[in-house]
Amino acid sequence: MTWNILLQYGLFFGVLLVLVKPLGGYMARVFEGERVWLDRVLGPVERLTYRVLRIDPTQEMDWKDYALAMLAFNAVGAFTLYALLRLQGVLPWNPERFPGMSWHLALNTAVSFVTNTNWQNYGGETTLSPLSQAAGLTVQNFVSAASGIAVLVALVRGLARRSGKTLGSFWVDTLRATLYVLLPLSLLIALVLVSQGVVQTLHTSVIAALLEPTRDEGGHLVLRQVLSMGPVASQEAIKELGTNGGGFFNTNSAHPFENPTPLSNLVEMLAILLIPASLTYTFGKMVSDRRQGWALLTVMFAIFVPMLWLAASSEQAGNPALSHLGVDQTATALSPGGNMEGKEVRFGIAGSALFTTVTTATSCGAVNAMHDSYTPLGGLVPMWLIELGEVVFGGVGSGLYGMLVFAILAVFVAGLMVGRTPEYLGKKIEAYDMKMVSLAILVPAAAILVGAAIGVATAGGRAGISNPGPHGFSEVLYAASSQVGNNGSAFAGLGGNTPFGNVLGAVLMFVGRFWIKVPVLALAGSLVAKKRIPPGAGTLPTHTPLFMAMVFSVIVIVGALTFFPALALGPIVEHLQMVAGR
Amino acid sequence: MRTLARALGLLIVMTVLTGLVYPLVVTAIAQIAFPREANGSLIERDGHVVGSSLIGQPFDDPKLFWSRPSATTPQPDNAASSGASNQGPTNPALIEAVKARARALKAADPGNTAPVPVDLVTTSGSGLDPHISPAAALWQVPRIARAHGLPEKAVRELVRRHTEGRQLGVLGEPRVNVLELNSTLTSLR
Repeated sequence: MTWNILLQYGLFFGVLLVLVKPLGGYMARVFEGERVWLDRVLGPVERLTYRVLRIDPTQEMDWKDYALAMLAFNAVGAFTLYALLRLQGVLPWNPERFPGMSWHLALNTAVSFVTNTNWQNYGGETTLSPLSQAAGLTVQNFVSAASGIAVLVALVRGLARRSGKTLGSFWVDTLRATLYVLLPLSLLIALVLVSQGVVQTLHTSVIAALLEPTRDEGGHLVLRQVLSMGPVASQEAIKELGTNGGGFFNTNSAHPFENPTPLSNLVEMLAILLIPASLTYTFGKMVSDRRQGWALLTVMFAIFVPMLWLAASSEQAGNPALSHLGVDQTATALSPGGNMEGKEVRFGIAGSALFTTVTTATSCGAVNAMHDSYTPLGGLVPMWLIELGEVVFGGVGSGLYGMLVFAILAVFVAGLMVGRTPEYLGKKIEAYDMKMVSLAILVPAAAILVGAAIGVATAGGRAGISNPGPHGFSEVLYAASSQVGNNGSAFAGLGGNTPFGNVLGAVLMFVGRFWIKVPVLALAGSLVAKKRIPPGAGTLPTHTPLFMAMVFSVIVIVGALTFFPALALGPIVEHLQMVAGR
Repeated sequence: MRTLARALGLLIVMTVLTGLVYPLVVTAIAQIAFPREANGSLIERDGHVVGSSLIGQPFDDPKLFWSRPSATTPQPDNAASSGASNQGPTNPALIEAVKARARALKAADPGNTAPVPVDLVTTSGSGLDPHISPAAALWQVPRIARAHGLPEKAVRELVRRHTEGRQLGVLGEPRVNVLELNSTLTSLR
């Protein structure tokens, strides 16, 4: 680790922590229905929407209505996006005349964007018209994020309110999350990115003359370079901010038009963590005990920092197989050194390893370096972070509701140890609640392992593997983890665009999203009805270092026990092989 | 049914706001405030576009600085279809490819026995990396100097002038833009 790496990381965490309180407090005001300063501009839009859709913003929903509205909204979104992708060939604003997608690729892509996964079995610049990118994908980037925030807000209300029935209105929460949080922040971030060189134009390509002509695979002379472009910055901003991760271009944030400078890299990483980190403060404020939010944020950092260290040090150590070939991998003032396969010089090791950790601790899945080419332990980091359930910051909304599920599990485990009725924030945790918690934790874990097993047990699954040996198994395990976890990053050598890969992936993404969201809403519905018990002598305080250590241990133990056997077959055995020089 | 209708209605409102108004507003402001950046940071010479300062071009002429290897198809640095090798660290194909690249570099400069900087023999994430590390540029200086009949010191100075430091003194890595460096080099002739 060089001094510069520590300095870059210190700067990143410093800026992030400074922003948590103001943004978290602002979001609490938005979801408590208070007036915020943007009301002057956006208030009329909000009220007009209610009037046109005949929504009464004061009418709240119980958990079933809330879940129904959420499912209906996502279903309508999925069908619309599917239709758009199938029909793009006959729709306008398609200057490159791309044809419609195949049914299975459109299915995979539609589920992928509605579930906030943004798994991409297509190359953006070679498959999608600007209309599909803007009116299809960008829209789902906003609303899938907004509906994740909405479910979180419902759960927080379940904890904050006493003896209630309703959790708020899904329509109001989704609309306000989009209007007052996602849109203004995206606009700001998009413009900062453009200032760094991210393109934002209605043209789709420019042709340049090469300084030195080159030859293609067939030996034909190539004199020109076609520069693909489009409205990239606007999609880039919400891709990060909404922890979506679907790039405009095939190589995502490694592409210089998506991420041209170290500063744009910093802004993109901040945009990914900004809302998930700030929501912990929003939570603390809404349950009227800010220490609760800080406690969860501390647990997130306690897992994040060691994982970041493992990723950065593994990548900086480089690939021993290359050292034997007379290749210089040492880091100096003139060279990033380390494992540079699949990485960009402007980001080096520091900017790549941090991006990788950020994007997989959350459910973002944008990448600025190719995870498939990471060293075995460097690649284990993103894989395991996803498998932990993306609760370390996690997706916008989905991360914190996952974290709250683990906090309730920790309370329950602690209660078992000392023989007391577990309670969290004054709410008694009972059998029904624990059933929902178990569903939210176990079903995704099982889906990952079963999905990976199907992937390696069938010829259709094995067909996509591109690297030999244990690394090939890692590719499949990563794909199952990423899709169930709604992450969307990949060991991208895996060729997934087959009917088999697309359909299996769509099922995994669907299970990973809604099999958590619905139990979480049921949990919220159960919690909201409970009375609040005043803390007594036997109450376990949930803001102390002791409790943070409990939550930390529960997450790590569940994640380690569930996935260690699978990881041992992939990255761990590959690491041993690499060190042994085989 | 009412729920479905509202869901559809909300989706339409969102599509207009986030799929239409938002990208167009960003485009309008970007085109006014940052016209060069928003349109691809293009480099023009005599009214013709000769590249973008953000997108790499392939070079294998011994008289020019070589860029990083590119895994795009069908030709390297294909900016219409970005792509990476996605080769794992223990993949024999990766080791063979690196070996071949190091051999080609040394064949172009047989006297150079220094170890090759890693970025010069590995493919980038995008396949379009416009930069090489200063170490990778300096490694090529003896070859360039000989090919142009220039003193090595002058070529090193040229590299130094094209070296971009860490942004704000901290962020990212020092780097050299190969297209800009080669453009200067060819205009010397």
